[in-house]
Amino acid sequence: MIAAPKPDLVTVNIDGVDISVPKGTNVIEAAKLLQKDVPHYCYHPKLSVAGNCRMCMIEMGTPAFDPATKAPVTDPATGKQKINWIPRPQIGCGTTVSPGLHVKTSSSMVKDAREGVMEFLLINHPLDCPICDQAGECKLQEQATGYGRGYSRFIEEKNVKPKRTQLGPRVTLDDERCILCSRCVRFSKEIANDDVLGFVDRGSYSTLTCHPGKKLENNYSLNTVDICPVGALTSTDFRFKMRVWFLKQTNTVDIESSVGVNAVVWSREGTIYRLTPRRNDEVNDTWMPDSGRILYKQVAATDRLTAVKLNGSDTSLDIALHAAAALLKAGSVSIVGSGRASVEEQFLLKQLATATGAQGHLVARTASGDKLLISADRNPNVRGALVTGLISQLPCAELKQLSRDIDEGKIKTVVSHGEDLHAAGLTAALLAKVAVIYIGTHANATSAAANIILPTLHTFEKAGTFVNQQFRIQKFYAAVPAPQGATNDLVVLAKLVASTGTHTPASEVHALWPAIAAAVPALATMLYKNIPDTGLLLDATPWVGLPFVEGETLHYKPAAAIAAEAARS
Amino acid sequence: MATITVERKPLSFLERTYIPNIVAGLTTTFKRMIKPTETLQYPEQRPAIPLGYRGVPTLVNDPHGREKCVSCQLCEFVCPPKAIRITPGEIADDEPNAHVEKRPKAFEIDMLRCIYCGLCQEVCPEEAIFLQNQYSMTGFTRAEMVNDKDRLYELGGTLPDQHYKWDKKKSAAEAASHGGHH
Ligand code: SF4
Ligand code: SF4
Ligand code: SF4
Ligand code: FES
Repeated sequence: MIAAPKPDLVTVNIDGVDISVPKGTNVIEAAKLLQKDVPHYCYHPKLSVAGNCRMCMIEMGTPAFDPATKAPVTDPATGKQKINWIPRPQIGCGTTVSPGLHVKTSSSMVKDAREGVMEFLLINHPLDCPICDQAGECKLQEQATGYGRGYSRFIEEKNVKPKRTQLGPRVTLDDERCILCSRCVRFSKEIANDDVLGFVDRGSYSTLTCHPGKKLENNYSLNTVDICPVGALTSTDFRFKMRVWFLKQTNTVDIESSVGVNAVVWSREGTIYRLTPRRNDEVNDTWMPDSGRILYKQVAATDRLTAVKLNGSDTSLDIALHAAAALLKAGSVSIVGSGRASVEEQFLLKQLATATGAQGHLVARTASGDKLLISADRNPNVRGALVTGLISQLPCAELKQLSRDIDEGKIKTVVSHGEDLHAAGLTAALLAKVAVIYIGTHANATSAAANIILPTLHTFEKAGTFVNQQFRIQKFYAAVPAPQGATNDLVVLAKLVASTGTHTPASEVHALWPAIAAAVPALATMLYKNIPDTGLLLDATPWVGLPFVEGETLHYKPAAAIAAEAARS
Repeated sequence: MATITVERKPLSFLERTYIPNIVAGLTTTFKRMIKPTETLQYPEQRPAIPLGYRGVPTLVNDPHGREKCVSCQLCEFVCPPKAIRITPGEIADDEPNAHVEKRPKAFEIDMLRCIYCGLCQEVCPEEAIFLQNQYSMTGFTRAEMVNDKDRLYELGGTLPDQHYKWDKKKSAAEAASHGGHH
């Protein structure tokens, strides 16, 4: 591979400090590198620059050159090159760095400009904060506190605009709060490719609205809520549920497809209230599909399994594990793992397969991808099963081989880790021929037919890792405690492995990792605590030949597409 | 350590008779016998509550009967002993106060936790929670000592309003829909 060319660096001077930044950087980002905050509303690092809010004003100057000779002009007072300061403030978002550019981010002219912009933004603001869901994470609140004048001189009547408008199934709009920054408009057009939002009318009548006859209903609509700097766009699902300052944030990974969108779970006292994206420039930028955000509802679903069962009646975990151990010892076992399980769980399941001489299976879950942040492979962790060696080939949607084996009487016990065997093509008649051990979270046809049910935890209740389509291993953490009656998958699996008599593996993520690193070549030299929050790319060479189902998505190109491109050039 | 011996003054003759001290003591006794009594026969008699007294926190209605709390949860946040528990809720579109959008579905103050600090009253942006004159809270169980929403409004009653901000908002919106100020 050819190393990426070193980006051209440009040296600029911000508030008297020289800093080298890549060419093309704007002043807001350059100042951020110096931990200097240039307040802004309309600028968003992943959208085009609109330059309409005027909050990011800075004072700027360029080195002086003699117009005739083009020689640098020296300032006799300092002995350095003279700086021609522009007498009016400029916008920081729309100013890209140039060599020798000088910037002041907190001069009195800048402060005046900010106070003025804040005053204009607030004259028609409804001051709805007590009933506004954005309160606590609102840029207008933050910047009014940080840069506002502190009192109002506006005695005229305020604007009246539509409130409580449903823009679509998931987004509520309050036009009085909108500061017309156009972030949502640009997002819909540039990222979601669904250009439904726009402004109508002029001046102080300007109003954000949906194209007549259309709705903001694409599967990325809630990103407009995330990027709206004020409370104009709010989530209908989260509306009036809880104040954000009560919510605890836990890093997680979207479980709906192999893209592995980085996300945050927001919970209070064991209840999850919402999911939002977490920035990862290599995976999902700052976006997340709407469909991934409602998955928190699975946690408190009514069909959660919370009772350990043996042949239909409640029992204790130890008795059920004892019965399971007897079935496993009898031999003729088959193991169906899950592409939704974590790397750690798949690793233990692989050990269980080795100890019982069973073959590991996985169930594929595919649907068409959306070319953005949902891939065709709807399992978040098929690659984890490959890496841990639970499977060596890509899974199929139906367990045909297992059906045949059961039919021929070769298999007597099937262990399913969260997979509905019935949906994977095993008929009720076939399931009746074998003993089923179901380790899972929710009730389904398989749990109904299972001899032993071992209830376990949802992704948001446990820690672990997934390997996404880029072979990037990403961590997730436990956001909420488990419901009573459910046991961590790792504990259940470790006990099952131990009951086969080979060895007793650790049943906690951190303690298990040294064993994983020792046994799995692709994960050698790694420890759970050393994986960064933005993930770590694994060496994918052993699996490049496999026909993965994913098509192109944001920051991902299938190997075939890369090869085709290379052949063309 | 060095020891200092303090010399004790010998008592004078009068002091040795104890008579001045007895007279002084009896003077106080007789003065109190004539003075009006200050003891309150609680609970039949109750003290007058001074202005700004911090009694039991209560929720209030405005003179038009609108519940003022919008469940912003600032009091829940500020309450030092975490005595307040609010479940926010939405006002349905067909209700008269639909323009206020938000109100508490449930509101509980645990009076076993409350320290009568008054921070909830101070922080409330809607002037909806007041520590009023009620100072005596008793109960036989812990549950009885938790004031729920109904009880809080019963204790709070109606207080005068200086702003009527939501009424003004509603009339501005009505004027706009009739072609007034946009
Ligand atoms: S709704 Fe929000 S994001 Fe959209 S223009 Fe208004 S303030 Fe900006
Ligand atoms: S008076 Fe103080 S302790 Fe009591 S509810 Fe209010 S904030 Fe909490
Ligand atoms: S009483 Fe006041 S501070 Fe407390 S939730 Fe209601 S409006 Fe907010
Ligand atoms: S952020 Fe620069 S004009 Fe809005």
